[in-house]
Amino acid sequence: MESEPLLSVRELRIAFDGIETVRGLSFDVRPREVLAIVGESGAGKSLTARALLGMLPRGATTSGTIRPDLSAHRGRRISLVPQDALSALSPVHPVGDQLAAAVRSVAGVSRKEARARAVAALDRVGIPDAARRARAYPHEYSGGMRQRAVIAMATINEPDIVVADEPTTALDEERRDQVLRLLAEQREAVGAALVLVTHDMDVVRGHADRVLVMYAGRLTELGAADEVLARPRAPYTAGLLASLPQNAPPGRRLPALRGTPPAPGALPPGCAFAPRCPLAADSCRTAEPEPQQVPGRLVACHRWEELPHPAAELFLKERQPA
Amino acid sequence: MSAPLLDVRDLVVRYGTVTAVDGVSFSLAAGETLALNGPSGCGKSSTALAVLQLRRPTSGEVLFEGVELTSLTERELRPLRPRMQPVFQDPYGSLSPRHRIRDAVAEPLKVQGRWDPADGPARVAELLDRVGLDPAYGDRHPHELSGGQCQRAGIARALASEPRLLVLDEPVSSLDPSVRAGVLNLLADLQDDLGLGYLFICHDRAVVRHFADRVVEMREGRVGVTSG
Repeated sequence: MESEPLLSVRELRIAFDGIETVRGLSFDVRPREVLAIVGESGAGKSLTARALLGMLPRGATTSGTIRPDLSAHRGRRISLVPQDALSALSPVHPVGDQLAAAVRSVAGVSRKEARARAVAALDRVGIPDAARRARAYPHEYSGGMRQRAVIAMATINEPDIVVADEPTTALDEERRDQVLRLLAEQREAVGAALVLVTHDMDVVRGHADRVLVMYAGRLTELGAADEVLARPRAPYTAGLLASLPQNAPPGRRLPALRGTPPAPGALPPGCAFAPRCPLAADSCRTAEPEPQQVPGRLVACHRWEELPHPAAELFLKERQPA
Repeated sequence: MSAPLLDVRDLVVRYGTVTAVDGVSFSLAAGETLALNGPSGCGKSSTALAVLQLRRPTSGEVLFEGVELTSLTERELRPLRPRMQPVFQDPYGSLSPRHRIRDAVAEPLKVQGRWDPADGPARVAELLDRVGLDPAYGDRHPHELSGGQCQRAGIARALASEPRLLVLDEPVSSLDPSVRAGVLNLLADLQDDLGLGYLFICHDRAVVRHFADRVVEMREGRVGVTSG
């Protein structure tokens, strides 16, 4: 049932000024799957996604491999849906022209054919009166329509992989679900895999096939989304899930992770999560755990077998100071 | 039964020809959390600004501790303002980037003429401790704090005025869920200890369901359902 991966990342490291923010990350993207990459701010998830696209910020040094390297085919075989839909569109060109230009950048088609494809793509994402709307500028679109146009742009060349970087962070719940549904539909229609970067575990539910949980630039847990949500194996994943109010046990206080993630370059010895982990033992403070294969998933934790289920109580403290 | 802490009656807010809030009524008791929930643009934040009299409503009444605010002059409002404090969504945007955290927390005390150089700094340290921030953070600037720490500093600043009502406008919406839980726990503790009333504006239904005693659902400027 496991198909040949579409893309393999091995031992990826990304550093700025000698300080590593992604620290030896390996994972695959499979054909047509939705892979969610989840973690707190600074976990390295966005940088990882940008590395797939070959869009790392200036000054980044990398090692490890990403095979095949699709970055030379950006816009054709791999494309991006960024967080801020407005910034992804040029304000000085009609939306339809921008989509047509995206088509012509990879396919040797006529201006007229490119234009027809642009209108069809806008129509497919539910822009009403697409032929007329294609001639309008981004500022004439509502926020929701711009988001749709950006999704149309990312899928118009039928890529193998669409990378969506926090596409719903600024949106309210209703709009969030609309965008995620639309993304799912569109990538289904063109047969692309979707790499969905998010800080919100709740987005994973019902929207992802597999989930990669990252902490401090490393893999914490990787497995089938429904299984990870139902029974997390890493204490960090368990804490993230327990802190969602929809999962909260009765009572006013929410389970919460204490403290904040470490800054890159100021990592604690051993497991980077140990200072915040309710299960941490001496071994956790000396050796950093490597990802290990356990039934149904990869977990990087010395004490995963000690994690109780449910684990919410571990993170529920009476009147803890932060 | 005692008078509610906040009683809003038939509130209307118009911007030009746009009606942002169209006849909204609710009341809130001390020690209670009332949530305003609804999609972007439904009038939640306009309601908050009108309650605080930061934008004067077009019509309707806002009674705070039994005093009708909409008919008061700015001068008459001044002594009441410390008792109703806002906490906004963007923790960085609501603190001046050029001021150290301890100055931001001390500012309301100074503005209200309650600053005593002898015990002021201790009061600031106590407020930071109260919101779960190490008082050493007082020396830092907002950009040196995480989003959650910054939001805690914003809450400390609001507490400096010894308010009875906090108007919390999406106070956890820009925070990572893991950090969000800690800030919500802090707000719960403060309410338990100080008996604060919370007008809690939030678009996230799961958060609202967990945190609020009662929920007012807003749609296009109007109250849909009130529950709880």
